[in-house]
Amino acid sequence: MNICLYFQVHQPYRLAAYRFFDIGDHDRYFDEYANRFILQQVAEKCYLPANEVLMELIERYGDDFKVAFSISGMALEQFKAFEPKVIESFQKLANTGSVEFLAETWAHSLASLKSKKEFEAQVSMHEQAIWDLFGQKTVSFRNTELIFSNDIAKMVNDMGYKTMLTEGAKHILGWRSPNKLYTSAEVPALRLLLKNFRLSDDIAFRFSNRDWKEWPLTAEKYVSWLQQVSSDDDVINLFMDYETFGEHQWKETGIFDFLEAFPGLAIEQAGMRFKTPGILADELKPETELDVPYPISWADEERDLTAWLGNELQDEAFEKLYDLEEDIYRIKDEKLLHTWRLLQTSDHFYYMCTKWFSDGDVHKYFNPYNSPYDAYIHYMNVLSDLYLRMQSKSINPASK
Amino acid sequence: MKVLMFGWEFPPHISGGLGTACYGLTKAMLRSDMEILFVVPKLYGDEPAEGMKMISASGVEMHPGDEVFQSPDGKISLFEIDSTLLPYTTEEEYLKLAKELEKVQHVKKLQWDSKTYSFSGGYGKNLMEEVKRYAIVASNIAKTHDFEIIHAHDWLTYLAGIEARKISGKPLVVHMHATEFDRSGQHVNPAVFEIEQTGMQAADKVVAVSHLTRDTVIKKYGIDPDKVITVHNGVDPPAKKAPVETIRHFPEKIVTFLGRITFQKGPEYFIEAAHKVLQRDGNVRFVMAGSGDMLPRMIRRVAELDMGTRFHFTGFLRGADVDRMYGMSDAYVMPSVSEPFGISPLEAMRSNVPVIISKQSGVAEVLKHALKVDYWDVDGMADAIYGTLNYPALRTMFRKFGKKEVEGIKWDQAAIKLKKIYQHMLHE
Repeated sequence: MNICLYFQVHQPYRLAAYRFFDIGDHDRYFDEYANRFILQQVAEKCYLPANEVLMELIERYGDDFKVAFSISGMALEQFKAFEPKVIESFQKLANTGSVEFLAETWAHSLASLKSKKEFEAQVSMHEQAIWDLFGQKTVSFRNTELIFSNDIAKMVNDMGYKTMLTEGAKHILGWRSPNKLYTSAEVPALRLLLKNFRLSDDIAFRFSNRDWKEWPLTAEKYVSWLQQVSSDDDVINLFMDYETFGEHQWKETGIFDFLEAFPGLAIEQAGMRFKTPGILADELKPETELDVPYPISWADEERDLTAWLGNELQDEAFEKLYDLEEDIYRIKDEKLLHTWRLLQTSDHFYYMCTKWFSDGDVHKYFNPYNSPYDAYIHYMNVLSDLYLRMQSKSINPASK
Repeated sequence: MKVLMFGWEFPPHISGGLGTACYGLTKAMLRSDMEILFVVPKLYGDEPAEGMKMISASGVEMHPGDEVFQSPDGKISLFEIDSTLLPYTTEEEYLKLAKELEKVQHVKKLQWDSKTYSFSGGYGKNLMEEVKRYAIVASNIAKTHDFEIIHAHDWLTYLAGIEARKISGKPLVVHMHATEFDRSGQHVNPAVFEIEQTGMQAADKVVAVSHLTRDTVIKKYGIDPDKVITVHNGVDPPAKKAPVETIRHFPEKIVTFLGRITFQKGPEYFIEAAHKVLQRDGNVRFVMAGSGDMLPRMIRRVAELDMGTRFHFTGFLRGADVDRMYGMSDAYVMPSVSEPFGISPLEAMRSNVPVIISKQSGVAEVLKHALKVDYWDVDGMADAIYGTLNYPALRTMFRKFGKKEVEGIKWDQAAIKLKKIYQHMLHE
């Protein structure tokens, strides 16, 4: 049995409490202090120690242990600015040859749902960043929040990717197993690896939950679950946020010991092998095609887009943001373009989600705002200012 | 389950939220099959019966058990004790009022039987005198009536509650609708504080109308947290009435403050926020509706900021004028410094008006579809006002969910919770 471990690394640029009377006055949209503070904290608690554990595992198990990362461009940019040793740490991992870096949109954006042009531009930016930092040419793609649909399959394939990661959503799979390689019905050349959400979330969400009947989760117990997977299956895809280790699940819960222990058990006792998406896509034979007319994602029970889009606040903000697209390309001002991209990060729309009014403690946990309404107001203030700045550039071309 | 309740006011003769709250709560308690004997200082005879047995206790001491008014099914009794005291007023306001009333009620006060209770000072002038007299009547009522639980609403009735408990040995619940800190800020009247504290210490359980109030009770009065329980207020559906015609004679949007213009309500923060918004947005007018001891100062401040043509005072509004005001408003602001619960934003939301409320309000604990700011955060308040007026999705969302949310905040939930508390106490 193959195991595919993929970790998502992402940190948004959080907005400052940008007030309406700041509009037209200044463009300090982002909370530099909070962003730096949070990044350094997460680096200390998660990225650096978790990288060390992986490094040891790679050294110990050699070819049998490989992992994949997707690191958003915004995370990379913040590492460079606030904590460069995180980059070095990832470079060390890259040098082992046992780590695959996936491509994604540079700004961890939802551009795939709105603009092919912007989507492709951001993927190219990210490819370049991975090449520059880690010397890898990306061969597998993962879209923001594992969002996938037939339309996105086409765009991704057009960009030369033959493998993509997404969610093993029940309503897409039906009776079929997520533990197989699939292809896109829209573009049969594109191979799909699907997240096994039960086994992934056992670690990412449930590990420290004392109300969970399986608590405490030991490496032995977990590997026994991995072994229960049908022998007809080919690969168990464990996809999760890297912040699971040390940030969502604190060090005190034993999450690092778990991370250190279960791969060894899986390899030595259960004869499993940890492989990267690029390798698996070549080795495995695709099971069948999957038709995904409506976008799926890895979020919430619904596995749809409603964490980011769908309520009035989100939709208006999203529309207004992409209304600026044509002009922002035309103006050709690097700083404005960069800012516009920072505002595309999916987190901004996640903060405006009203679903957690009825459920989902998860949303609340990750939300720096008191309410989605506050998130929306700040975001719209920023967008209003960006719009004013674009207007003034249009009237007074940069050449002057 | 039969409850002896001490209140201070009952609709329609109310000066603040206490009477409305007692009315809503008791109606819901009846629906939950509880019986209530409701005592108030003064009964006018036009209180809404609605299945309640109401008894005037005006002459309790002279003719104990004399029932002046009683509803047919006899479930609620309302007693009357004559008094001029109004809850939710500061002592300063109270004294002003007492002075005026003294002239009018000079004759009336002689009607009280001085054989059963002798006054030391002028009637109504001495706040503590009133409260103590109420307590004496209470012990009389407790002696002559049958009940299982005593429930006292706000400090004015706590001595009454304690007396009734002493006489009957029945468990006492005191209900904190507001604390002295809410009414007076840091300038707490020590005598009132003492009665509140004594009442809560003597009580078997303390009910607070919000977590905010519960916190105050525990931290500032030193009450054992185990006996303080939060029971959020509800809100009654509005009486069916003809829609009020609202005509706007100007194109600007309207942002409204509606409430008593006192320290507790934070009117000055509203004015400062308005000033900030007006510097940016010419398409808006502000209205401050209500009266209170801070009104003159507020008018001076508006003049000082030179925004009199955009900031308007309406004075005290009642009835249809309130509805008209809501009907004209594009946003409603409640910047209260300290608001144990706060029912007015719910009324605004029912009229489809988006609301901005201070985090220092109990109602902020139950509302999701409202913008919440710290009362002192004038920038945040201004920003919330601006956003509500200028970013259309907010309005759409509030319209879509606000009214529904308010309809879900029911007195029945409060009554059910209270019933459980009673049952628990009786079984202990």
